Amino acid sequence: MARIDRAARGPDSAVRSRSLDAFHFLDIFAASDARMSVLVVLLGFLAGTLIILAVGRNPGGMFAALLQAMTGWDLTRGVWNIRYVGEWLAISTPLILTGLSMGFAARAGLFNIGAEGQYIVGLTIAQFAALYLPQIPVVQVVLAVALAAAGAAVWGGIVGWLKARFNASEVVATIMLNYIAFFLSRWVTMAIPGANTYKTPNLPQSAQLDAGFLQRLTNGSNLNYGFFIAIASVIAFWWIMEHTRTGFALRATGMNRDAALASGIKAERSAVTSMAIAGAFAGLAGAIVALGSFGYGRVLSGFDNYGFNGIAVALVGNSTGFGVGIAGLLFGLLASAQPLMQSRGIPKEITLIISGLVVVFVSLRAGFRMLLAWRRRAALAVMATKAESETVQGEIDA
Amino acid sequence: MRDVLLVIPSILMMAAPILIAAMGGLVSERSGIVNIALEGLMGIGAFTAATAHYFMEGSLGGASVWVALILAAMAGLTVSLIHAFASVSLGADQVISGTGINLLAIGVPVFLAQIIFKMERTQPFRIGMMPGPGGVYPTAYIALAVVLATWYVLYKRPVGLRLRACGEHPQAAAGAGIDVVAMRYAAVMASGALAGLAGACLVLTQTIQYTQHTINGAGFIALAAVSFGRWTPKGVTGSSILFGTAVALAIYMVNVESLRGLPPEFFSVLPYLITLGTLVAFSGKDWAPRAAGKPFDKGRS
Repeated sequence: MARIDRAARGPDSAVRSRSLDAFHFLDIFAASDARMSVLVVLLGFLAGTLIILAVGRNPGGMFAALLQAMTGWDLTRGVWNIRYVGEWLAISTPLILTGLSMGFAARAGLFNIGAEGQYIVGLTIAQFAALYLPQIPVVQVVLAVALAAAGAAVWGGIVGWLKARFNASEVVATIMLNYIAFFLSRWVTMAIPGANTYKTPNLPQSAQLDAGFLQRLTNGSNLNYGFFIAIASVIAFWWIMEHTRTGFALRATGMNRDAALASGIKAERSAVTSMAIAGAFAGLAGAIVALGSFGYGRVLSGFDNYGFNGIAVALVGNSTGFGVGIAGLLFGLLASAQPLMQSRGIPKEITLIISGLVVVFVSLRAGFRMLLAWRRRAALAVMATKAESETVQGEIDA
Repeated sequence: MRDVLLVIPSILMMAAPILIAAMGGLVSERSGIVNIALEGLMGIGAFTAATAHYFMEGSLGGASVWVALILAAMAGLTVSLIHAFASVSLGADQVISGTGINLLAIGVPVFLAQIIFKMERTQPFRIGMMPGPGGVYPTAYIALAVVLATWYVLYKRPVGLRLRACGEHPQAAAGAGIDVVAMRYAAVMASGALAGLAGACLVLTQTIQYTQHTINGAGFIALAAVSFGRWTPKGVTGSSILFGTAVALAIYMVNVESLRGLPPEFFSVLPYLITLGTLVAFSGKDWAPRAAGKPFDKGRS
C-alpha cells in the first residue's frame, strides 16, 4: 500500500512514461480551473463552427464578425472603426456584473437564477430615480445607481431569507421572482405620466452615465462610466471574497455547510448576505443599461437575458472576480458580434447556442476530471500489481 | 355560474401541458435526478411540433397533430439524453447541465427557424388541434392518461418501486441488484419525452406558431408544481391544476367588466406569485426524494 501512496503523491516519472502519455495533453487542461475554462470555450466554438457547417453556411463569417467586434477591423470591406471596440466593452459591462451576481451566490453554495429579476428591479428603480429625483448633475446619477443597487439587493436578499427561514428552494424562488419583477416593472413603468406601452418620457441629462471622453475615444459608441463601475465591482468582489471575514464565512458555507455551522458561522445569515450582495451586482447592471444606453425609460417587452447569460459568464469565470471579468468580455464579444453575424448570413442565435454548449461542457468537466482520475488510478493499480509481483519474486529468489 | 362553466375548458387547456411536464419532472426526481431543463425541453418540443405540423397539415390533415405530438416527444427525449449523460454518467451538477439545456433551447429553435423559415419564429400553421365535445381539447385526455400511467408504473409495477428506490437510497438499490444508472437514464428520458409532448400540447392548442415567448415559464411552473405536490402523482396533479387555473384566470379576468380597473399585468403576475407563495408555505426538504440532486457514486455507502 505504501508503495501506491508514494507513487500517487510524487510526480513519479515512471507513472507518466508508462501509461499516461496519451492523457498528458488532457492533464495540462485539467490542472487548473482556468485552463479547463479555456478548453470548454474552445470546444464551444468548435461545436458552433460544426453546426454552421452542418446547416451549409460559411463559418468564416462567424469568425470575421468576431474579429470585427473585437478589433473594429472589417475584413470584407477593409475598413477600421474603433466604435465596435467601444460597443464590445459597453455590452460586456452588464454581463460582467450579472456574472458577478451569479458567481457571488455560487461561492456561498447558492444557485442564483434570479439575476434577471434583480437586474429588472435595478433597471426599473434607476429609471424612476432618473425621472423623479432632483436634477442635480453627478448627484442624481450617483443616487440613482445606488438606489438601484440597494433595491436589487433587497430583491435578492428576499430569496436568501426564504432559503434560510423556510428552506425554500432558491432555484424555483428566483425563477418566480424573475417573472414577478418583469410584470411589476411593466406595471409601474406604464403608470408614469406620459409613458406609453414601450417607453417613458426622456430621462434628464443629469441622470445619464454618458462619458463624453469615452465617446470621443471610441468614435461615438455607447461606452460610458458604467464600464468603470464594472471594473470597480470586479475588484470589490475579489476583495470581499478573499480579504474579509464575511467573504470567508460565505466561502466556508459554500464549501461545507455543516462544517461551517459547526465552527460557529451563521449559515442562515450567509444566505441572506450573499444573495443581497449578488442582487446588488445585478442591480448595478440594470442601472447601467437604464442610464447608459437609451435616452428614455423602457417598458420591458421581454427579458433582456443579461441575467441568464450571467450564469454562463460565472460558470466559465469559475466564480472568481477576475475570471468573471474575462468571461464577461468573452460573452460580450459574442453578443456584440450578433448583428455582424446576421449581416454575414449567419443566424445570430449561434451565439446563444455556443453559450448553452459552453455551460453544458462546464457541467461535463466534473466527469472529465473523474475520467482522468480513474485512468490514473487504473494505471497506478497496474504498476502496483507489477511491483508487488516483483517483490514477491524477489522474496522467492532470496 | 355560466361564466364559471365556460372557463373550465380554458383551464384544462392551460393545465394540461403543465401537468404533463410536471409528471415528467416527477418521474425524473423520484429516480434522483432533478430536471430543471423542463422549460427548455418544452421549448424544443413546441418548436418541433409547430414545424412538423406546418409542413404536414396539408398532406396528412387531421392526423398531422398526432404525428407532431409524437415527433415532439421524440425530440424532447433526444435532447434530454444530454442531461442524462451529464448528470448520470458523469456525475455532473444537475442544475448546471439543466441550465445549459435551457440556454441551448433559447438558441436552437430560433436558429433553426432562421434556417428553415428565414425568420425568428416558425411559419404559423392554419389550424391547430381541434377541441372535442364541450370545447375540451384532447390534450386534457392525454394529460389524464399520462397521470394514470405515471401513477400505475410508479406505484403498481416492480419497475416503479425500483425507480423510487434509486431516488431514495441509490447505494441500497444497487446493493439489491438494481441497475441505478439504467434506471436514472430511463427516468430522465421519460421526463424528456413528456416535456417535449407538453410543449407540443401547448403550442398546438394555445397558439399558432413557435416564438421565443411560447413557453414563457410553463416548464418552471411545472417544476414548482412537483415540489408543491410533494412528489406524488396525486399531489402534483392538484398543484398543476391549481397553477393552470391561475394562468387561465389571468387571461380570462382581463375581460371581466368589474375588474377592468386593474392592469393586465396584475393578472399575469398572479400565477407566479401563487407559485412562490405555495413554494414557501409548503417548503421543507422532508418530502423530496432523499437522493434527488446527488450524483450516484457506486463506491460511496
